[in-house]
Amino acid sequence: MKKGEVEPHVIELKNVCKYYYMGENVVKAVDDLSLTIEKGSFIAIMGPSGSGKSTAMNLVGSLDVPTSGTVYLDGEDISFLTESDLAQIRGKKIGFIFQSFNLIPNLTTRENVALPMTFQGYDEFERAAKAEELLKLVDLADRGDHYPGELSGGQRQRVAIARSLANNPEMILADEPTGNLDTKTGDIVMEFLSKMHKQGKTIVVITHEPELAKKYAEIVYWLKDGKLEKVTQKKNGFTKSSKDKLNKLKYSEMK
Amino acid sequence: MISDYFVLAYKNLKHRGVRSWLTLLGIFIGVTAVVSLISLGNGLEMAVGSQFGISQTELITIQASGAGFGPPGSTSVNSLDLDDLAAVEKVSGVKRSMGRYLRPGKLEYNDKLAFGYITNVPDGENRDFIYDNLDESAVDGRLLKDGDRGKVFLGYNFYVDKVGLDKPITAGKNVLINDKEFEVIGILDKKGSFMFDNAVFMGNSDMDKLLDVGEELDLIIVQPVDVNDMDRLKSDLERALRKSRNVKEGEEDFTVETPEAMMDTVNGVLGGIQAFIIIVASISIFIGAIGIINTMTTSVLERRRDIGIMKSIGARNEDIFMQFFIESSLLGLIGGFVGSVFGILIGVAGTAGIASFLGTDLKPSIDFALIGFTLLGSFLLGGLAGISPAMSAAAQNPVDALRG
Repeated sequence: MKKGEVEPHVIELKNVCKYYYMGENVVKAVDDLSLTIEKGSFIAIMGPSGSGKSTAMNLVGSLDVPTSGTVYLDGEDISFLTESDLAQIRGKKIGFIFQSFNLIPNLTTRENVALPMTFQGYDEFERAAKAEELLKLVDLADRGDHYPGELSGGQRQRVAIARSLANNPEMILADEPTGNLDTKTGDIVMEFLSKMHKQGKTIVVITHEPELAKKYAEIVYWLKDGKLEKVTQKKNGFTKSSKDKLNKLKYSEMK
Repeated sequence: MISDYFVLAYKNLKHRGVRSWLTLLGIFIGVTAVVSLISLGNGLEMAVGSQFGISQTELITIQASGAGFGPPGSTSVNSLDLDDLAAVEKVSGVKRSMGRYLRPGKLEYNDKLAFGYITNVPDGENRDFIYDNLDESAVDGRLLKDGDRGKVFLGYNFYVDKVGLDKPITAGKNVLINDKEFEVIGILDKKGSFMFDNAVFMGNSDMDKLLDVGEELDLIIVQPVDVNDMDRLKSDLERALRKSRNVKEGEEDFTVETPEAMMDTVNGVLGGIQAFIIIVASISIFIGAIGIINTMTTSVLERRRDIGIMKSIGARNEDIFMQFFIESSLLGLIGGFVGSVFGILIGVAGTAGIASFLGTDLKPSIDFALIGFTLLGSFLLGGLAGISPAMSAAAQNPVDALRG
């Protein structure tokens, strides 16, 4: 890239609103949200339940389309894309990790990891080789023939991480990746994400655990009542005021 | 990519196990019925035909029949006689004609009684003609020949003790027929019809002596000069017999039957049975298709979460559609395949059964083109049944679907 040229943001949300209409009431799940996710960053989005976290995550992951406002995925306005084109781009550029792992129960670990490549038209051999490599990366090379039901929660989440990397996406979007795990296995999962970040991937984690946000994220956003507040930016550790602010976020408020 | 859909579909079907098998039961039963019916082919026709005593000959049979005219109580059959035979012989197009007898009789052996038919074997050339034409040969001993007196040969059922004598009869044994002693010189090979297998065959002179048949005939057999001219010959014979028996048209007290007409009757009966089986099979296949729609619809609801996952990791709507569509097609195909296999097995076993029953050589008629067509048809039917569920699967919103 030439000097002075701006690298496109992976995801950019401009004045995005998502409203749900329930009878006469309008629920503003996300209200006028603007957010730029730059390449190579590690972002945490936090907020109490009902704050619109899930909706925000669906919009960031381009799983959902906004009521108003614009979402740019790699500089491209997604509202001009068909559902299928969007799915293709999503499959290529974003890797998803979910709280409840979301593996397909009747496919083996290896097949689950290879599945995103199937939808991008890779042939069987390429898929098998890549899946093997990714399983090795998450230390599950010996579990390729197992079904998700035969694995522990931590192992399943590692399979999900391997799957999220299948198409070598620019961004990994993790929705409460440690929510169903104990602290120790949760840490292992976060260490993997951190490792991916160091290798240049953009990581977006949605979490309600301030400790995780503090430990791993460069930028933490605080979402409340559908509005976003940029809490802090970490370059060489958090500033004192940021730390205070983060500490004020009580765990009870997050639930 | 297509092969991936098949692998995924197969895994999903396997995962649902018993439910998959139950779903394809309807198609399976329908296809089994159709394929077995077709594989049995003309074996079925021959089996039914032989029960009516029809063999594959080109002979016209004339029988007296109770016309039912006249005052009640006088419906006794006006038998055929030698005058009728003479009238038949004069009709042009008749190559050969002969009278035959078929009388109920009793046979005593091993101090037990059996009842069956006694029929005559004509002398000379006519006898060879009968042997040839009805494909008669001895399985034990020999058949009758010129100069045999006081000798009979018996149908196959006497040989294998299927007539209730508790002891098989073989060549060389003596039996009592209508209280008169005869020597059994042979056993007729199995014909598959009780008209032959339960019959006692004796020479003309013995028959006349034993039963005093006189001038009466039970059957007149006619061999036409030209087998393609049966219909004309039939109406000429009818005209000649009306004259000799002095009856008006429409009041005939006899019947002239060509083998085609007899086979038509058999085929009519058989056609009715086949039509019934095909209707039942169609209903079964139709219900099978509805079962597939039902299962696939349930499956879409159950796998909403999977659909959401696949969409979030890059599956396009058409990928989801194809996956469910192929899965549904595969259900149909497996039903068709298992049905075809069972149908062929039933066809082969049934044909072998009929062949051993008739003592003839029969091959099942397995039509591979038809089986290919059946497989393709059940594949397409499954796909057709899966279109609507697959469309609803493809239309799922990823966010809602992910919630399960």
